[in-house]
Amino acid sequence: MNFVMPDLYPASAEIFLLLMTCGVLLVDLFAGKGRHWLVYLLTQLTLAGCFGITFFTLDGQAVTTFSNMFIDDLFADFLKLVLYPAVAVMLVYSREYLAARNLDKGEFYVLVLFATLGMMVMISASHFLTIYLGLELLALSLYALVALDRDSARATEAAMKYFILGAMASGLLLYGISMVYGATGSLDIVEVGQRIATGGGNKTVLVFGLVFVVAGLAFKLGVVPFHMWIPDVYHGAPTAVTLFIGSAPKLAAFAITMRVLVTGLAELAEHWQVMLMILAALSIALGNLAAIAQTNLKRMLAYSAISHMGFMLLGLLAGIVGGDPRFALNAYSSAMFYVITYVLMSLGAFGMILLLSRASFEAENIEDFKGLNKRSPWFAAMMMILMFSMAGMPFFVGFFAKFAVLQAVVAAKLTWLAVFAVLFSLVGAFYYLRVVKVMYFDAPTDTAPIEAPRDMRFLLSINGLAVALLGLLPEGALEYSIYATYAFLVGH
Amino acid sequence: MTGLPLLSIAIWLPIVGGLLVLATGSDRNAGLARLIALVVAVAGFLVTLPLYIGFDTTTSAMQFIELLTWIPRFNIHYRLGVDGISMLFILLNSFITPLVVLAGWKVIEEKVAQYMAAFLIMSGLMNGIFSALDAVLFYVFFETSLIPMYIIIGVWGGPNRVYAAFKFFLYTLLGSLLMLVALIYLFFQSGFSFNLLDWHELRIPLTAQIYLFLAFLMAFAVKVPMWPVHTWLPDAHVEAPTGGSVVLAAIMLKLGAYGFLRFSLPIAPDASRELAWLMIALSLTAVVYIGFVALVQADMKKLIAYSSISHMGFVTLGFFIFNSLGVEGALLQMISHGFISAAMFLCVGVLYDRMHSRQIADYGGVVNTMPKFAALFMFFAMANAGLPATSGFVGEFMVILGAVQFNFWVGFAAATTLILGAAYTLWMYKRVVFGAVANHHVAELTDINAREFAILGLLALCVLGMGLYPFPFTEVMHASVENLLKHVAVSKL
Repeated sequence: MNFVMPDLYPASAEIFLLLMTCGVLLVDLFAGKGRHWLVYLLTQLTLAGCFGITFFTLDGQAVTTFSNMFIDDLFADFLKLVLYPAVAVMLVYSREYLAARNLDKGEFYVLVLFATLGMMVMISASHFLTIYLGLELLALSLYALVALDRDSARATEAAMKYFILGAMASGLLLYGISMVYGATGSLDIVEVGQRIATGGGNKTVLVFGLVFVVAGLAFKLGVVPFHMWIPDVYHGAPTAVTLFIGSAPKLAAFAITMRVLVTGLAELAEHWQVMLMILAALSIALGNLAAIAQTNLKRMLAYSAISHMGFMLLGLLAGIVGGDPRFALNAYSSAMFYVITYVLMSLGAFGMILLLSRASFEAENIEDFKGLNKRSPWFAAMMMILMFSMAGMPFFVGFFAKFAVLQAVVAAKLTWLAVFAVLFSLVGAFYYLRVVKVMYFDAPTDTAPIEAPRDMRFLLSINGLAVALLGLLPEGALEYSIYATYAFLVGH
Repeated sequence: MTGLPLLSIAIWLPIVGGLLVLATGSDRNAGLARLIALVVAVAGFLVTLPLYIGFDTTTSAMQFIELLTWIPRFNIHYRLGVDGISMLFILLNSFITPLVVLAGWKVIEEKVAQYMAAFLIMSGLMNGIFSALDAVLFYVFFETSLIPMYIIIGVWGGPNRVYAAFKFFLYTLLGSLLMLVALIYLFFQSGFSFNLLDWHELRIPLTAQIYLFLAFLMAFAVKVPMWPVHTWLPDAHVEAPTGGSVVLAAIMLKLGAYGFLRFSLPIAPDASRELAWLMIALSLTAVVYIGFVALVQADMKKLIAYSSISHMGFVTLGFFIFNSLGVEGALLQMISHGFISAAMFLCVGVLYDRMHSRQIADYGGVVNTMPKFAALFMFFAMANAGLPATSGFVGEFMVILGAVQFNFWVGFAAATTLILGAAYTLWMYKRVVFGAVANHHVAELTDINAREFAILGLLALCVLGMGLYPFPFTEVMHASVENLLKHVAVSKL
């Protein structure tokens, strides 16, 4: 048996990231106390480097390597190009917060980088095992990140919950994968798709496996009824980590859902579409209803995340209508647009919590935003933009995200589902409005000046304005999703 | 016709101006904020005048058209244009805005810049609603206009403002969300177009038409508001600051009625005819029942709010009897109500600024201390009751004529408004203004100053002018109304 060196070129960003992560570990070891800025800077440089590599190696060809386990296509590249900035922005927002709590250790940055690597592997996976590999790399890093503040009982509890439920979900996913393997004899996603299409595999076994695969994916996306961990983890984790969990991993979860369901198990669409429909409807309903009852902003945003992911699933399930993939591009690209938009809004919303937090004070209750308009009209306006955008009000990008998904749903002749979704958006509007209410209608109880580093203020402003500007001119971002999805669909 | 994109200027000048006002920042620069706001508002009105001057009254086609590609992905365009129906509302809206800015000149002392900016931005958005010919563009303006109003009610409103702001927002959002689904449905039915004029030609089966009609009804009935989804309006009016009430009554309520003309009637004409009985019944309920409700109000603003609902019932009645008298009368009624209700709310605002009470019982004998005000208030009260020679009469009379033409008893029921309207308005007026001076607060009242006199006087001129010589208004709308009715008469099944 002769060993063939795999083509490393398609995975150059991942390899670069891995090497740099090892470098960061070493630097952290020798940098000593008070040199955290060096680690921070290196981490940012690493992400910038990854961005550069992915950007300059962009090409329309889909290339696979490592015996078809890894794929580098435009879909992956476009998602990664959103992923790096999302992580970088997260690091900027969190820096001051972590420093004030003495959490800005090298481990944080290393774990974030490993998690990023995990997400990149997930996004580029073309093999069930690669998916699992990336997923675990991400999940294990996140478990540790949640528990980063080891003196906090709440964080430890959250980490335990996350770990146990996450491990179970991984188990479900693996079990489902083994069923798929049993039925088709392959773990290569494209090959699985082909074998099912040519009539290979026992349908019963496949559908049985599918149920577990979907359950595993649903856990990672955080949709009802696999959402239990979301509120606790969002609430318990240090806000900087919540910001991380609540943003970039959604991109990776979206990517693997697309790869597994659309590429691998497209022939079973009629089955998983029904499952997604149930998951989506439950998530939209429960997420929005439960969010109303929250007084803690992190928990509220957690439930809102559940409903948003449910909304995104609506786009995924509308792709194939009665075996006819005519609307696939339209539907999947709108789901992708929704995820990207959500990441942008989520970064901003959690960023606002970090902005208002101080050394001994977590601005995590909705009450803490009271009278923000008096304290800082500018950031109150930013938060208002973010909240209205999340509620799906127009002239903000959140509206067009909802619009894109809704039109895909109506195109799939599921008008009743669209009506259901918009009715629950109305419920959702209530709790977003409440945040605007405390900022604008109430008098401030906290009069401390808002102190945050200039780079964070600047970036947060850009973030808020981007939500507004993309709402005025959404075409570019829509086309971006279309290109990526087109490449994805042509690829198989 | 000039080459300038007049409609775009009418939309974006107030919005950009509003952002400029915001930039003046804190209340230290309040004077500057007021000044910029006034300049922008007046300029915003002046730029709409060429719309009237250059308007071609002989055609029902859209004029001043602007077309840019906005979101090619969904075939959404930035498509603007006005016809005889919408043009007058842009003028009305731009005319009311400077008055609102002036009305809040002294009273608003906190967050002045934000107050002025909210009104300017809203004014621009509403011009957008009236001139949008692309369904998504319309929807976007329609929904965005909720945001500034929510802030206005919630920040500068009365004691129960939070409740009112939420109720206003959620109620209206409920309607418009269903409309969004209807718009998307039509997008696919029409072969991927959001062009309203394309939709007017579309053939749709009756069941679908009825669903569409109901979805539009949800959106527009809440906005009008029609009985029984009117309950948000009295709350919103009572709690809103004077300027907010003025804009709500004068412009925002018209959005719903305008929506009927732009969407419901031409897109679902068969369903409109099929369900006309329902619309007429709801309208008459509003006219008669809400008229009685207005009679028993103890709060002046609430009384005028209910009076607005009753008057808007007239408007929807006029639309759904499908004759040109009815529709033109209804349109006149909308514009006239824009002047009169604005003036009535401003009058109550004048009293409220001095006494900080809206309760009728707290007043009495105001005429003794505020004679000039009492005279103007009298005039507007008469106009609200539909006195001939005021604008209030023209529209009501035409709708009643149209209704009698349609069915005697419908006309009869509608005509009761002449009695009811007079009863609740004049009775309130009597209790507030006449009689002996009720208490020492009233005795200490000072009469209106030059600024207030100018605002009310200007409105009085409009009311009188329109009442004596409504031709400039009917002339503009005539061709468009005829064309609309022709549209409605043809089945689109």
